[in-house]
This record gives sequence, structure tokens and C-alpha cells, in this order.
Amino acid sequence: MTDNAEATNPETVTIEVDGRELEVPKGSMLIEATDNADIHVPRFCYHRKLSVVANCRMCLVDVEKAPKPLPACATPVAEGMKVRTRSERALKAQKGVMEFLLINHPLDCPICDQGGECELQDLALGYGRGVSRFTERKRAVEDEDLGPLISTEMTRCIHCTRCVRFLEEVAGTRELAALNRGEHTEIGTYVGAGVHSEMSGNIIDLCPVGALTSKPYRFSARSWEMLSHPSVSAHDCVGSNLQIHHVRGAIKRIVPRDNESVNECWIADRDRFAYEGVYSGERLQAPMVRDDSGAWQETDWETALEVAGEHLKGVVTREGGDALGTLVGPTATIEEMYLAGRLTRGLGSANIDARLREADFSDQDRSGTFPALGIELEALDGVEAALLVGSEPRWDQPIVNHRLRKAALQGGAIMSLNYRAQDLNYPLAAERVAAPADMVAEFAAVAAALLETATGRQAPEGLDDLLAGAQVGEAHRAMAARLRDNARTAVLLGQGVQAHPRGAVLRMLGTLVADLSDSRFGILTDGPNQAGAWLAGAVPHRDAGGQPASQPGLDARAMTEAPRQGYLVLGAEPERDCWDGAAAEAALRQAASVVCLTAFVTDAMREYAQVLLPVGTFGETAGTYVSAEGRWQSFPGVAQPVGEARPAWKVLRVLGNVLELDGFEYDAPDAITDELAERCREETPSARVEWLAPGREAAAEDGLYRVGLVPIYGGDALVRRAPALQRTRHATEQGVRISAATAQQQGLADADRVQVQQGGHSTVLPLIIDDALADGAVWVPAGLTATAGLGPMFGPVALARA
Amino acid sequence: MTAVRDFFRTFFLWELLLGLKLTGRNLFARKVTVQYPDERGPQSPRFRGLHALRRYPNGEERCIACKLCEAVCPALAITIDSEQREDGTRRTTRYDIDLFKCIYCGFCEESCPVDSIVETRIFEYHMENRGENIITKDQLLAIGDKYEQQIARDRAMDAPFR
Repeated sequence: MTDNAEATNPETVTIEVDGRELEVPKGSMLIEATDNADIHVPRFCYHRKLSVVANCRMCLVDVEKAPKPLPACATPVAEGMKVRTRSERALKAQKGVMEFLLINHPLDCPICDQGGECELQDLALGYGRGVSRFTERKRAVEDEDLGPLISTEMTRCIHCTRCVRFLEEVAGTRELAALNRGEHTEIGTYVGAGVHSEMSGNIIDLCPVGALTSKPYRFSARSWEMLSHPSVSAHDCVGSNLQIHHVRGAIKRIVPRDNESVNECWIADRDRFAYEGVYSGERLQAPMVRDDSGAWQETDWETALEVAGEHLKGVVTREGGDALGTLVGPTATIEEMYLAGRLTRGLGSANIDARLREADFSDQDRSGTFPALGIELEALDGVEAALLVGSEPRWDQPIVNHRLRKAALQGGAIMSLNYRAQDLNYPLAAERVAAPADMVAEFAAVAAALLETATGRQAPEGLDDLLAGAQVGEAHRAMAARLRDNARTAVLLGQGVQAHPRGAVLRMLGTLVADLSDSRFGILTDGPNQAGAWLAGAVPHRDAGGQPASQPGLDARAMTEAPRQGYLVLGAEPERDCWDGAAAEAALRQAASVVCLTAFVTDAMREYAQVLLPVGTFGETAGTYVSAEGRWQSFPGVAQPVGEARPAWKVLRVLGNVLELDGFEYDAPDAITDELAERCREETPSARVEWLAPGREAAAEDGLYRVGLVPIYGGDALVRRAPALQRTRHATEQGVRISAATAQQQGLADADRVQVQQGGHSTVLPLIIDDALADGAVWVPAGLTATAGLGPMFGPVALARA
Repeated sequence: MTAVRDFFRTFFLWELLLGLKLTGRNLFARKVTVQYPDERGPQSPRFRGLHALRRYPNGEERCIACKLCEAVCPALAITIDSEQREDGTRRTTRYDIDLFKCIYCGFCEESCPVDSIVETRIFEYHMENRGENIITKDQLLAIGDKYEQQIARDRAMDAPFR
């Protein structure tokens, strides 16, 4: 922070703190100067990422010529200022404040979850009196239920208002406030609405006392007995840096690890609480094979690997290499992807894909190295204009949304082109809501608007076909102008583009719009490691290292639509993770051999698989994720794998040995990472797609069309099994969403539940009238148990009263 | 000269007689041997023997799973798992003491904020099978229940000095 401040503000002043001369930037606060000089000033309410309120008074210091001690957090430095942080006057003031703070604080440290890591406890040791002089009654405050994630003990609150400021300034939801005054001050929601921010867990870290603690972690461990190891988030393409706290091999909680260029000091609730899924009852405990009668038998690893090898080998010898397909799940590490790719190709197949939730692969040979963000995460803070297409970053990548919010609050114009109106915590500069069938035309109209003013640029061939008769309107011109007229701009495509049946065209248009407006172009991908999949060879058209494959295989969609005889499934639940879950399940059911490397076992898996091999999941496996930025982040395996589970890279390594393939002699994951990194050295991140004249698409049929994006807590097997997250409003309020007009037209205006029918599959879900959606679009989230059996994420759908 | 003296001393078994003198004296002296187990020596109320977990008079277990004893134990003999009980209180689900590791220093008792874990006067116990050296929460509570009167009396006696 200082580095920045110094770079932008060369003016400095000289102050003296405890006899030390300090050069500090003009305008900074005293506490920043002392923090940077490693002079400790006690504080509760000050936090470097939040606004200064100076209401705890703990940081009072002695400033020469000042009549009273001044709060270091709210005193700007001035030339020649002489400050004493440990003088008698300063200490007396600090001790006085501490005595007042302790008056009402309960003495329940032994049962308080903050005990041992409590800022008040720590400072009370240095500044508190041994014995209280306060003999009157202590204040007691009623607790409020803030939801399934945060546990409250409001009697312990010291009113630092960090939580209030966080929710207002960073999360942007204003869900907590300080009510009443003086001794009656309480922190609460007033209306009992709870805290629902997707980043709410950060107030647990911010709370200096035990007033706000984690509900899932409650009473399960003590801070001093836990070991802490670094890790990386496995739930979005940001790659938030985490710290895993574990006791005797069991993960107890997740806290953020500071990394200014990725997640600053925040993490999303999904990163913080998803670890609960690791200890779900659905974990596969031991290797399982089918006996002669087809019943499942637990077995030892050796036998299971033999049987798995026989199955895979059997398929390729009987039917040829092309009969084998490998589906790689969203949370696989690059080491696992690399080995899975080598294994599949070693068996003579090229059918491997990790892009399970994509629908259109026609541009894969024309696209850049991997679906990259195209802009540094840190640079998102300062974008002047950004166009989000089919992306809802608030739910898909909360940290990206946080950074875009910072940009928006500084006057940046964030614009959205999406299937439904965004529910964001900052104002959008422009917004278009388009039905899935109109998405291409809408985006093409933005490109056409840019072309209107671009001199010397010809409209690329076929753009008119994409416009499909749509007119360039004022809204498109306004969006185009913002992208064109600002210097720091970005075009970001999201999940809604990746899963769109014409995703290739949308990506191509994205590249065009970015080129015409001189913007950065990027994709906010699904899962933590889509970039890694492209680099590690877990895609059918690229070998490891990103080189074009000599013999491209089938993509994920083709593998499910043209069923194979054998499947190797790595860390995926195809019925929920694939673009067309129903087709994937049907393909797996008809296959003769399905070998699943999985941490969790589902009923469907028990029916279609022949061999189930338990592998480690988050925290149990060492590996590397490549974030959308192209950042390689390795992490160790720290927790004891549940049951007989082993890290997937080890399983694949031994499977390679069993199948007698060359080059599977790795002893540690680093060896695999290094080998792959060496092969990827030349690659520069780029998501650009070269233009190829698209054909005219047949006009879409009238009727309802499903928009089946993955909700915030449905993205991967782990999140889906995290009980606390599944109890939040974001998870429980899932259902079919249609606009009021669509409901009227379908005669469903008063229905509570509807039957969703898609290609012969149906399920019954609650109906929610939501005017955020485009007319004709039916929001049926993917990735949920209730919607696992349905068809494609995007496709015609029918609704009937249930 | 000394050689001659040593020769006669050895010859007349002088040292042996000196030793027998001591034996003879004690043969008639007052006996100090305690006929254990029929007789027992005195025990301090601060005696540190087998552990116990205590309860409040209403039957509620005292232990609040603060894990201070686990943290202070120099021999790492205590293992605690905790969780939120249904009534919302902080409780242990496991409280194991490995008696082979324990050095009976009494730090656990010192550290306990609720006087839950205590060391009793019991010193006569044994194990017959592997694994019995680890005493569980239920066993500890049972010991506490059985000897509560004695434990409470000992704490009261020691209270003025704490």
C-alpha cells in the first residue's frame, strides 16, 4: 500500500515516532506510518481495507503539542510531528480504554471460539488490569440469527463496527448496522433478515472478538491446536489463496491468505465453507468392484486397479481406442489432467475433455491458448468500462465481482448483456436482457455499433447473418461508445456464453468487439482449472503443453451424444456436471466399462460404473490450479484422505503402470508439474477466437427455452455437499424462474410448483415469478440434484402445472 | 602398620560385626514398616493420582471443552474432541487420557477453569489388556461420580492455599 502511495504521491513528510525518524507519504494516517515501520499500536476498529471511524479509541497515542492523546488511525501525519506510542500518557490512555472495553465484556474465554486468537484477549494481556474495578452488572445483549454461516454472541461485541463497514463498503449489501446509542448500542439487522452476502464469511475474520464466529466450525477446535497450510480455492477461476486449518488430519476451517493481486484479504463464502463437503456421508470409503453377480464388493487397491486396468484395456482391444472416452471433472488438478490425458492417449484414444459444461466446440481450433481472463485481476479494479456477456460474476466469481464493484464505485461503467437482469451490489451503466435465442443478435448489434464509427474497418464476413435482421439500437450504441471512448476497458464472457449452443459465435463476437474497441478480452470460466485443462492436454484438440493434437478426439458433448463403450470418469458426476446431464447418464449406462475416480459416490454412479476408485478431494490432494489469469498456483495435500482414498495423481500413476504405459514413474506431484510447466513455457494466455464467417442459423422456434446455468452453490461435487452453504438462501431459493408475462402466457401465473419437461425427462420444481428474466426464457438451474436428470443446459423446455 | 591392623580386622570379621550391630539395634527398635495393603501411609489432600472428571451437583458435567488441559499437558497425554451439544453448549465428544504418557504433574488440574479435570487420591489401578491405558470420558466421569465426596473435601481443604 505504501509503495503505491509513494509512487503516486511523491510528497512525503518527516515525522518522529518513539524517537525514530520516519519518511511517510503526506496525507496518510499515523497508524499506517507506524504499521509500515513495525511499530505496534493497539487497535480494534481500524482495518487497512475499511474506512476509518476511530470509535474504539484503543490506538490513542501521545502527540507532542496536542492537548489530548490522539487516535493514530484518524490522525493525518504532519511535518515535524513528534509521536510517542509508549509514553506514560499514551499507555495511560490505552489502559483506560481497555478498562472501559472490558467492563461489559463477558469472561467466557474458555468457551469462546475466538479464545486464543482474540485481539481483545491479546491486548488485555498487555493493557488490561489484573482485577476489575467494575462491580456493577454487566450488559447482556440478545443474539440474532444471521443465517447458517455466522454464529453470534453479541454480548461479546465491542462495537468496532468492522462488520458493519465491511458489509457496506466491500460486500455492498448493508445488512448490519449499529442500533441505538451509548450503552444500548447493538450490532444487528434490526429487521431480523439475516446476512446473505456471498462474501459474508469475512466478517468472522474481521471481528476482533468472539461476537461473530463461524457456525460450521463452532466449538470444534482451538486456534492453538490447529496446523495451518496454504491452499487454493477449488471453486472458481479466480484461484483465491486460502489457508487450511486442520487438526490431526481433519480440516476444521478455511481462512483467506493475503494476496493483493488475487483475492486481497477476502474470500467468498463458497471458498470458506465448502470444506464441509469433504466429510460428507457420500464419500467413497474404499475401492469397489462388481463381483460376478454384478453386486458391489469392497476390495483392496491392488485388485481394484487390476480390474480397472482390465476394463480399460478390454474396451480398447475389443472396440479400438476410439471406443474409450475420458470425462474430467471441474476440480481436477493439472497433474491429474495431464496424467489422465497421457493415459487416454496412451490407450489409443483421443477422447478426453474437461469442458463438460460447454456446448459449442466448433471454434476450438481457431482459439487462443486457453480461455483466459485477458486482464490481470488487479487491473479489474481500475477498468473504466467493462461489458459482461452471459456472466453473473456475483454468483460465479464473487472476487471478480468485488473488483468490478470497486471499479464501478470509482466511476467505471460496468455493462451487462445477459439472460436476466443482474442482481448486483453496484449500479450498472447499461444493461440488456436477451432471451437465449437473441443473444447472438444482441451481441452482434454491439459489434455493428462499433463498426459504424470505426474508420477503415470492414464488417467481417457474415456479421449480417448474425444480426439476423436485428437493428442496432441506441442501447447498443451507448455500450459501444463506452467501450470505445475509454482507455481501460474489458469484454468478459461468462458461463452463459460457454454453455450457449452458439458459444463459438459469441466468443468470436467477443474477440471482434474487443478488437474494435481496443478492449481486453477474456472469459470467466467455469471451475478452478479450465485453463489448466487446455494446457495439460485434457481437451481433445490439444496435447499437453497446448500444442494442437495430431489426431483430435471427441469433445465432451460428442462423447455423451455418441456413446462410447468405455468411460474413464475423473472427479466428475456427469449427470450433474455435463452440459446434457440426461444424455451423459444414458451414455454411461449403456457403456460396458465405466471406471470412476471419484471422491463421492452417487446412486447413479453405483448403477453405471464397473469400478469405483476413491480419490482425495480438496485439501487431501497436492496439485496445481491454473487460474483464468494464467496464474499457476500449487498447493500441498494436508488433510488425511477419508477412508482408503488416495490422491488421484497417484491412482492415475499406478493405473499407468498397470496398463504398462511408459513414463508414469513419478514419485511426487512436483515432478509432474515441472514436466508440464516445461512444456507450457512458450504459452501466453489468450482466449481470442479467430473470425470465421458463420453460417446463417435457422430461426429459433417459438416456445420456452431453458437457461440452465449453475447457481453459486451447485458448481462442483464438494459445494453441493456442504450442508451450511446448502442451507443459505442462495441454495434454498432455487426453482424454475420465469417472467410474469411468460407465466401469464403459459397459464402458470398462480402455480406454486411446475413440472419441467425436457426431451422426455421431467422433474417438479417450485415456480418463482422473476421479472428479471427475458420473456420466453425459463431459468432452470443446472448442477442440482433436482435438475440432474434433465436435458441440455440450453434447449427447448416445456412447463406444466404440477 | 595399617597392613597388620587390616589383617586382624579381616580375621576377626570386624566389619561384619559392625553391620550386625546395626541390625541388632533395629531388631529391638520401633518398627516403621507399613503393612500394605492392610495398613496405609498418610496421603496429602494434594495427592496426584488417577484422574477424574467432575460434575456439578445438578448432574451436569463441568467440562466445557476449552482444551486448556490438552494444551498445557507436557506429556501430550490428553486428547479432546469437541462440538456443540444440542442445547447449544460447548462439550467434549471425546476426552481421553493416556495413563502411560501421563506424568501426573497436575497441570491439567491447575489449568482447568471449571475444576472439572482433577487428580484423585487413587493410585492403585492396573491394566490387563492393551488399550486399557487410555481412559475415556465415560470412565473419567464414573470415577468422578464415585469419589466426588472425597474430591470435593480435598479441594475445600486446599482452597485457602490456592
